[in-house]
Amino acid sequence: MTIPMHTARVADPLVRVEDAARWFDVSPPWLERVISRKPRVDLRAVDGVTFDIGRGETFALVGESGCGKSTVARMLVGLYGLTRGRILFEGQPLDRMTQPGGKAMRSRLQMIFQDPYASLNPRWRVGRIIAEPLKTHTQMTPRERVARVSELLTQVGLDPADQQRFPHQFSGGQRQRISIARALAVQPALLVCDEPTSALDVSVQAQVLNLMKDLQRRLGLTYLFISHNLAVVHHVADRVGVMYLGRIVEVAPRDALFAQPRHPYTRMLLEAIPDMHGNGKARTRVAGEVPNPLNPPSGCTFHPRCPHANARCKSEEPKALAAGLSVVTCHAIEEGRIS
Amino acid sequence: MSMVQLLEVRNLCVEFPSRRGTLKALNDVSFSISAGEVLGVVGESGAGKSLTGASIIGLLEPPGRIASGEILLEGRRIDNLPDEAMRRIRGREIGAVFQDPLTSLNPLYTVGRQLAETIVTHLPMTWSQASQRAIDLLASTGIPAARERIDHYPHQFSGGMRQRVVIALALAAEPKLVVADEPTTALDVSIQAQIIELLKKLCREHGAAVMLITHDMGVIAETADRVAVMYAGRVVEVGPVSEVIHRPSHPYTAGLMGSIPTLDGHVERLVQIDGSMPRLTAIPPGCAFNPRCVHRMPRCTQERPELMPAGATRAACWLHDQAEVA
Repeated sequence: MTIPMHTARVADPLVRVEDAARWFDVSPPWLERVISRKPRVDLRAVDGVTFDIGRGETFALVGESGCGKSTVARMLVGLYGLTRGRILFEGQPLDRMTQPGGKAMRSRLQMIFQDPYASLNPRWRVGRIIAEPLKTHTQMTPRERVARVSELLTQVGLDPADQQRFPHQFSGGQRQRISIARALAVQPALLVCDEPTSALDVSVQAQVLNLMKDLQRRLGLTYLFISHNLAVVHHVADRVGVMYLGRIVEVAPRDALFAQPRHPYTRMLLEAIPDMHGNGKARTRVAGEVPNPLNPPSGCTFHPRCPHANARCKSEEPKALAAGLSVVTCHAIEEGRIS
Repeated sequence: MSMVQLLEVRNLCVEFPSRRGTLKALNDVSFSISAGEVLGVVGESGAGKSLTGASIIGLLEPPGRIASGEILLEGRRIDNLPDEAMRRIRGREIGAVFQDPLTSLNPLYTVGRQLAETIVTHLPMTWSQASQRAIDLLASTGIPAARERIDHYPHQFSGGMRQRVVIALALAAEPKLVVADEPTTALDVSIQAQIIELLKKLCREHGAAVMLITHDMGVIAETADRVAVMYAGRVVEVGPVSEVIHRPSHPYTAGLMGSIPTLDGHVERLVQIDGSMPRLTAIPPGCAFNPRCVHRMPRCTQERPELMPAGATRAACWLHDQAEVA
C-alpha cells in the first residue's frame, strides 16, 4: 500500500490536508535549559494527518481530550501555522490567506467555537458582533449591513430586534445561534465547528444540530465537525475521522464506521458509549488511559492499550492502508490478525 | 410503604433570597431511595439536581436555605441538624463524589493521608489500621501499585485516577448512601465507562445506595434502577429506568429522550423542544413546562400538577389525571 486511495481521498475536494503537523515548543526557558542541560521539548499536538473534505459534506473528527482535534480545526482556519505538510483549500495552499489578496479566501472559511460565552464580545451589541465580518470583507453601507444582519438573525431562528441586545441577555443555545449567524455573514463555503454543542444541554443541542442541518441543506455548506461525542457525530456526519494522540487512526463513511469499526481504538471508543436502550450488552471495559503526548509510546502510539499489539506494533509506526471502505493505520489489520 | 426507606425527601423547598424577592430553586421535591438502590436524577442545567444533592449532604451554600420540607435518613430527620452532628453523618453515613475530583482532594496531603484521616475520623481504628485499609480501598478501585501510590499527591494522578481516589474516599467509612454529582462529566468516554463500572461494583459490594446525579441519559440507563426527571425545580416524572426511557409519560421526558442522538438507526431530525427552561425569576404559573408543551390544556396554565400514577411511572402532568380520563 502506498497512497490510501479510498475514503481518505475524494475527487475535487473543498479541503485537502496532506501530512499536516503542528508541534508546540514547550521547552523550559533558555537559561534553565543551559544550566540543567535539558533538551528542547516539542509537544506534537498534531503529527501528520491526511484527509479530504468533499464539497457539501460533513466531515467529523472524533477523539478524546488531547488527541489534537481542536488543533486541526485551528490549523484549518489559519489560527495555527503548520510545522510540516500542507493544507489546500479549493486547490490553493492555505498560507495564501495571509498574503496580499488573501482576504477573499479567509471569508470562505469561518469557525464556530465551543464556548458561546467566551466567543462573543460581552460589550458589543449583537448587531455589531454579526456585522463585524461584513465590515471587514464587504463594501456594504451601514444600512445594507443592518438589513443583512436582520436577515441572518432570522435565518438562525432569532428575532431581527435582537440586534440591539447584548450577549449576556441570551441563553447558551441562543448565543451559539449568534455565533452561527456571525460565521454565515460572509457566505463561507466551509464552517469549522469545534465542539459546537458540547456546552449545551441536550434539548438545546437538538435545536442547534437541527438548525445546522437545515442551514447546510439550504446554503450548501461544508462542515468540519469536531466532537468527542460519538452519538452526535453519528447524527451529523457523512464521513468520520478518528484521532488518537495527534494522528488519524481511521477514516470511514459514517455507516461503515459505526457498523464495522476496524481500528482497535475505534472499536474501543464505540464500546465505551453507554447504551441508552439497554439491550443488555455489557460494555467492554477499556483498559488504560491516554498516554502523555510529551512522551508518546514508540511505534503505534495505541499499542500500550491495544489487545492486539505485538512486537512490531511496539517498534514500527503503522502506515495507512485501505480496509473495506475504511482507511486504517494498524499493523494487526495489515497482517490480517484482525479483520 | 410500611418499610422505612433509607432516604426520604418530603416536599423539599429550597429558596434563595434575592433583591428582587425570594427565588424558589426547589419547589416541593419528594422522592425516596431504598437500601442498595441506584436512583438516577436527570435534568438540564438549572433544573435543581445538584441543589437536591447538596441539600441531602447538608452542603447547601448560603444564602440558599431549606425553606420547608424534610429529609429523613432511616427515619431520622437530618435537614435540621446542627453543623457538628451533620458533619458526623457526612462521610460516615452519606458519602459524596463530585464532578471535579481536584476540588474534593486536598492538594497538600498525600492521598493515603486523606483516606486514613477519613477512616480514623469515622471508624474506631488506629492510624496504622486505617493506613492498611486505605491501601486496600485504593487497590479495590483498580489503581495499580496501591502500596506505592498511597504516598503520592493528587496532582500526580490523572483525572480518571483521581476520580477513583475520590470514590475510595467516599466509601472509606462504609456509608449507606453515596451522593454522586456528575461523577463522570469531566472525564473522557473511555474513562467514563471505567468509573461508572467501578462505582456500581463498589457500591454493590459495600451495599451502599447511590443517588446518581447526571445530565447523561446513557449513564443513567446503564446504571440506575429508578430515575427521577427534574424540570425547573420540580420532579416531573419518576419511575423504573427502562419505563422512563422507553415509555415516558411526561411530555418533557418524551421530548428529552427524543432530543438525544442515538447510535442505532438514523433520524434526519432530532425531536426538538422549542424554547428553553424558564428562569427562576419567571416560572410560569400552573405547570412550569406549559409554555413549551405540545399537549397544553387550559388547566395547565392555572393548576400545578403533582406526581400521579401514569402507566408504570409517576408523572406530574394533567394528561394522566384519572378524574379527567374517567
